[in-house]
Amino acid sequence: MRFVPSEEQRLFASSLDKLLDQADTPSVIRSWASGDHAPGRRLWTSLAEAGVFALTVPEEHDGAGLLPVELVIAMHELGRHAVPGPLVETATAAALLTAAGETRWLPRIAAGEALVSLAAPYALDADTADLVLTVQDGVLHEAEPTGMLRPSIDPARRLFEVTPTRELGDADGTALDLAALACAAQHLGVGRRLLEVSVDYARTRHQYGHPIGEYQAVKHHLADALIDLEFARPLVHAAALAHGTADFPRDTAAAKIAAAEAAYRTAKTALQVHGAIGYTDEYAPSLWIRKARALHTAWGSPATHRTRLMAAL
Amino acid sequence: MDLDFSPAHEAFRAEARAWLRARVPAEPLPSLETAEGFAAHRAWERTLGADRYATVNWPEEYGGRGASPLEWLIFEEEYYAAGAPGRVSQNGVNLLAPTLFEHGTPDQLRRVLPPMARGEVIWAQAWSEPGAGSDLAALRSTATRADGGWLLNGQKTWSSRAAFADRAFGLFRSDPGSERHRGLTYLMFPLDAAGVTIRPIGRLDGKPAFAELFLDDVFVPDEDVIGEPGNGWKVAMSTAGNERGLTLRSPGRYTAAADRLLALWRDRGDPSDTALRDRVANAWLKARAYRLKGFETISRTDDIGAESSLNKVFWSEFDIELHETALDLLGPDGELDGDWLEGYVFSLAGPIYAGTNEVQRNVIAERVLGLPRGAR
Repeated sequence: MRFVPSEEQRLFASSLDKLLDQADTPSVIRSWASGDHAPGRRLWTSLAEAGVFALTVPEEHDGAGLLPVELVIAMHELGRHAVPGPLVETATAAALLTAAGETRWLPRIAAGEALVSLAAPYALDADTADLVLTVQDGVLHEAEPTGMLRPSIDPARRLFEVTPTRELGDADGTALDLAALACAAQHLGVGRRLLEVSVDYARTRHQYGHPIGEYQAVKHHLADALIDLEFARPLVHAAALAHGTADFPRDTAAAKIAAAEAAYRTAKTALQVHGAIGYTDEYAPSLWIRKARALHTAWGSPATHRTRLMAAL
Repeated sequence: MDLDFSPAHEAFRAEARAWLRARVPAEPLPSLETAEGFAAHRAWERTLGADRYATVNWPEEYGGRGASPLEWLIFEEEYYAAGAPGRVSQNGVNLLAPTLFEHGTPDQLRRVLPPMARGEVIWAQAWSEPGAGSDLAALRSTATRADGGWLLNGQKTWSSRAAFADRAFGLFRSDPGSERHRGLTYLMFPLDAAGVTIRPIGRLDGKPAFAELFLDDVFVPDEDVIGEPGNGWKVAMSTAGNERGLTLRSPGRYTAAADRLLALWRDRGDPSDTALRDRVANAWLKARAYRLKGFETISRTDDIGAESSLNKVFWSEFDIELHETALDLLGPDGELDGDWLEGYVFSLAGPIYAGTNEVQRNVIAERVLGLPRGAR
């Protein structure tokens, strides 16, 4: 029993953090939102070099094997930095394609060359994705976008409706749980960053002659955010460890509920603590605040997962 | 990262489970906040102590089993899953003993710990005073130098278990000119000593769960001072950390209660009442989160420090939520005397004692998040 990340896992997280700190993700996000995917694609290549997209690809296809713990650690960092693109979808697609025997895409996914969208029901970034997938009645299909962009509250999430074009094989049911778990980890990272920037802001923003972080009303909001985030993390880690066991769907549902509610509540706290500036499009934290709302219902809302959880119990 | 129990841990669990199955009373004991219930719980502590199960994580020489923190968590899971009685020895075992392990003399450890482990001496805490609650440093009760010891004077209040316990521990102002955290001394004293008057206080439901203590020249020998005289605040804070961490409310207590709530839901819940169902789901989820957080905490190599306040806020507010859900599930039976109601009344005190949750949130904001201190 050692229920904390290993030294290697901690180093993996901090190397991603460093890489992303230097990447100026807010400007990458804004380009992505406007339809210019070039800076985002370059960032994907760097992330692939750091090993991110190999985490759900088998070793015989140039991957690292399926490493759920490393996956949630990586997704948490990608969420903290609000990296745009079909991150959860590409990671999940690798598992689905492996199970369906469609292996030719796998080395390209691991290398960060193939962005894969997976409809749920809207396909994220289907306009730039190299492959679009959808699961219908338990069968994995290749698909193509139909119609116009459906704008999301998160400008970095470019959603499209899709129609299936070609059957690929049976869809691995646990792969969709993997998507919910990866999304939970990403969401938790979004919440963590929003707490960090809110604490920084509360330390420096003065009103009535004092930093607003001196006032107990503000302190208590931020303390509650930390409690929520801190008690959601172990559920996410435990669900990753349950991958491959019968408890995986149950534990994933628990992780998604806790992470979504913690991150979303933290986003509302962040907005309140920042005041009017937080409510502006121009100010970078708004990119995280909007993502926190979008991820709340992506890959199953807390209500959906609560129903699943109680069914499992 | 893993959540695996070794064969040795599984064996420890199996042994504890078998022991508990053979000995846990078939009928729940009467409330430990009554004279009759206190006596029954005291007898249960002796049963636990006879086989070193009252204090599994203590060294063997003091009556424990030398259990690791993980084994302690395992024992607690089994203890509450078995439906075993509440722990009347909790003040001594979880608050005083950790302080003694850190600051006590070898003589104090030998004198105080074994009788505590055997359930022979039950301890009460004597922290709060009429003018010193969350702001404990405002305390005014005094310890005055006397030949070979100290004379205690003043008034303590909200003293948990003091209506029926044997001894108490607390802080006293030993330097008359001192203020706030300075000049305090940590002392232990018998509740039947000359000069001690105990007035039981009924808690919300009328049961005498705590008491006022009036102290009039109560003599305490030097050997019952813990740490250096005048250094009591520092000594006491090592206890406060424990109180807010895992030990006061072990995760096992919540996982067992959540399982019972789930059983109650299956038994009496209306499947179409998804609002109540979701509250049951939340209880299970939070119990699991606290359990996993416990494993995370014991896996860490650094000192959790002020992060213990996160646990205190979490378990105290979750405890109320869980019991409220059960009472709502019981419907018209929810107001009737019973285990769930007893647990509910007990839970209501959680956000108040051991430092109110408002104080805990200040601690989290200032010492964990690094926000500036401000006017209180």
